[in-house]
Amino acid sequence: MQPFSYYRATQVGDALAVMQREPRAQLIAGGTELVNWLKEGIASPPVLVDINSLPDLDAIEANAAELSIGALARMNDVAAHPEVRRNYPAIAEALHNSASPQLRNMASMGGNLLQRTRCPYFRADVELACNKRRPGSGCAALDGYDRTAAIFGWSEHCVATHPSDVAVAFAALDAAVHVRGLGGVERAIPMTDFYTLPGETPERDTVLQRDELIVRIGVPQSPIARRSRYLKVRERTSYEFALVSVAAGVQLDAGGRITDVRIALGGVAHLPWRLATAERALPGTHLSDATALRAAIEDDFAAARPRRQNGFKIELVERAVVRTLQLAGGNA
Amino acid sequence: MTTLRVNGQTHDLQLDPRTTLVDTLREHLGLTGTKKSCDRGECGACTVHIEGRRVLACMTLAVMADGKRITTVEGLARPDGTLHPVQTAFIEHDAFQCGYCTPGQIMSAVACIEEGHATSDDEIREFMSGNICRCAVYAQINAAVRAAAASSVLHATV
Repeated sequence: MQPFSYYRATQVGDALAVMQREPRAQLIAGGTELVNWLKEGIASPPVLVDINSLPDLDAIEANAAELSIGALARMNDVAAHPEVRRNYPAIAEALHNSASPQLRNMASMGGNLLQRTRCPYFRADVELACNKRRPGSGCAALDGYDRTAAIFGWSEHCVATHPSDVAVAFAALDAAVHVRGLGGVERAIPMTDFYTLPGETPERDTVLQRDELIVRIGVPQSPIARRSRYLKVRERTSYEFALVSVAAGVQLDAGGRITDVRIALGGVAHLPWRLATAERALPGTHLSDATALRAAIEDDFAAARPRRQNGFKIELVERAVVRTLQLAGGNA
Repeated sequence: MTTLRVNGQTHDLQLDPRTTLVDTLREHLGLTGTKKSCDRGECGACTVHIEGRRVLACMTLAVMADGKRITTVEGLARPDGTLHPVQTAFIEHDAFQCGYCTPGQIMSAVACIEEGHATSDDEIREFMSGNICRCAVYAQINAAVRAAAASSVLHATV
C-alpha cells in the first residue's frame, strides 16, 4: 500500500473541495472495494477522504411517491427495511443476494453503484494487460478467459461486466441517482444513463464527475415496483457474482395478461442492460404462456455478440427472463 | 491519534492510516484471537463486531474505526471465564478442525443469531456464507449455530 493522508470530511462541500484540489484523491465509505485496490496497488491516492461522517446521507425514507435511499445507507439496512421489502421486492432480493453478511453491513449504497466494472484480469496478482487497471495496456480477456464476459455492448478495449446486483434492480425500476456538485447544485441521473459503455474509453465506468458525490438514490413507487423480482444465476448458491441476473416488474390485467413491464439484465454488459424492445412487445402476452413470453423477448438478443466461452449466457438469460417475469407476476 | 474501544477497554494509538483493524488488533494490541487469512475480504476469518454489527477487520482501516465500540472473540466470554453460549456450542458440536477460521465463525454466528437469521439450516447456511472453512466442518458449524440459537439465554456481548 502506498502512503496516503487521511481526511475525515464532515460536510459534502469539504469532501468535494479536496477532490477538486487534489486530482488523485479518492472518497472512501464502506471501503470494501477500495481497501483491496489500495492493498493491490490498483489505486494509490495521495489523499483518502472518509465520507462516513457526512450528515444526513444514510436515511432510508419511503412515501407514496418514492423510495429514497441515502448514499451512506448500508446494503443490509436497505435490504431489511420493511418498506423496501413490501413495495420494492426486487431491490431487497438483489441486495440480499449480494456479497456476504459482513460486507453488506459495511458497504454503502453509493459505493455499491461505484464498484469498478471489471473481469478477473483487472485484479490479477501479477499485473496483466487491462485497460481499466492501466489505460492503454490492452485487454488480456480478448485472448483469454471470457466465460464471465459481456455479450452486449463490449468493445475491443474491454469485455467486462458490472458487478452490482442492485444497480440492475434500480435500472429496471426507473431509479435515479441524485448527485451533488461542488457548488451545492444537485442533478438527477437516470440509472439507465449513469453507466457508460467501454467504447474507446474503457477506463471510465460512469458519467459522475470528479467534483460530484452521490447523495441518494430515488426509486418511484409503482405497481411495477410492487410486483418486481430479482433472479440471480451463479456458479454457487451464496456469496458469488452473477453469471447472469434479471430484475423484472410486471403489471397484469384481470385475465393475467401483461399490461406493463420493465426488464433489466445483469452479468451481460458493462452496465445494467434494459430490454427496451421486449418491454414494448410483451404487453398483451399471457403470463402463463412461456413460449409467447420467450418469443416476445427474442428481438433484443439480435444485438448479442457472445464471445468464445460465454455463448451459453444467451440461452441462460432468456430462460431467466421468462422465469423472473412469472415469479414477479406470481405464476411460478 | 486514533481511539479504539476494544472489549470495553480504551486504547489511544498513533497509527499509519494504512493500518487495517486486523493488524492493529493483532500487532498493536496483542489480541491475536482475530485471525488474518485472505486479507482481501473474502474468507471471514477476521470477523469482529463494530457497534454490534459483524464486519471484516481486514477491510477496515483502523483510523476509520476511531471512537467505535469493537468486540473481538476475546470479548465474548464473561470476566469470570464463562464461555459465551456460541463458544460452548462450538465445543459441544466439535465445530472446528484446524481452528483457524473458528474465531471468525463464532463472531459471525453470534451476530447471525442476534440478527434472527438462524431459524433453519438453509438460513444459517446462507447467513454464515461469508465465513469459509477450509477443513469443511460446515455440518458441525451449522449444528452448533442451530443449537446456540435454540438455547434460551444468549448473554449480551460487551
